[in-house]
Amino acid sequence: MFDYAIFLAYALLSLALVLSFVRLVRGPSLPDRVVALELLASLTVGFIGVAVVATGRSAFLDVAMVLALTAFLAAIAFARYLEKGGHRIDN
Amino acid sequence: MIIEWLTAFFLVAGAGFMLIAALGLVRMPDLLTRMHATTKAGVLGAGLIMVGAAIFIGQLTVVVKAVAVIAFLILTAPVAAHAIGRAGYFVGVPLWSQTHTDELEGRYDPETHILASSPEKTSIKEGRAQGGDRPES
Repeated sequence: MFDYAIFLAYALLSLALVLSFVRLVRGPSLPDRVVALELLASLTVGFIGVAVVATGRSAFLDVAMVLALTAFLAAIAFARYLEKGGHRIDN
Repeated sequence: MIIEWLTAFFLVAGAGFMLIAALGLVRMPDLLTRMHATTKAGVLGAGLIMVGAAIFIGQLTVVVKAVAVIAFLILTAPVAAHAIGRAGYFVGVPLWSQTHTDELEGRYDPETHILASSPEKTSIKEGRAQGGDRPES
C-alpha cells in the first residue's frame, strides 16, 4: 500500500512537472515563464520530500531548503530585471 | 502502521495540490490568474509533502528542518508573487479580456515607474508644491 502511495505521489508530481513545462515553453510573455519556473522549483521541493520518504535519507531536506531559497532569489531577480531593464510588451 | 497511512495521505494530497497548481498554470487565461493558481496551491502542496516527510522520519532534527522549509515557503511565496505580478503589470502583460476592474489603470507612469494615488498626476504635483500634506508613496 505504502509503495503504491509513493508511486502515486511521484506520478502526480511528474504530471505536474510536464504541465508546468508546457507553460514554460508556450508562455506568451517572460513573466509567465518566470511563474512556470517558480512552480518547477516548488515541484522539485515536493519531489525531494517524496524522495526523503522513499529512501529514508533525511539529508535531502537540506537540499529542499536551499532550493526554496534560491528559487525565491531567482524570482526576485527576474522581477527586478523586468522592472528596471525589461522591454514593454504593448508598444 | 498509522504513521504510514498518515504519510501516504499527506504525500498524495500534497502531490494532488501541486498537480492542481500545474493545471491552473496551463489552463488559466492570464498572468495574474496563473499566479493565483500556482502560488497558493503550489505552496500548500509542497508544505503538505514536507509534513508527510516529517511525520515519516519522526526525528526532531528532521521535523525542525521540515518546519523551516514550510515557514520559508510561506514567507517567500507571497513576496515573490507580488514582485512578479508588479513587474508583469509594469511590463505591460495583457490582462484577461474579461477583466472588469483595473484599479491601476491611468495611475502608473511607464517612464518613471511611479504609481500615483490618483489619475490626475499633475494635480498631485501642484498639491505638493503648495505644501500639501500628502505622504510620499
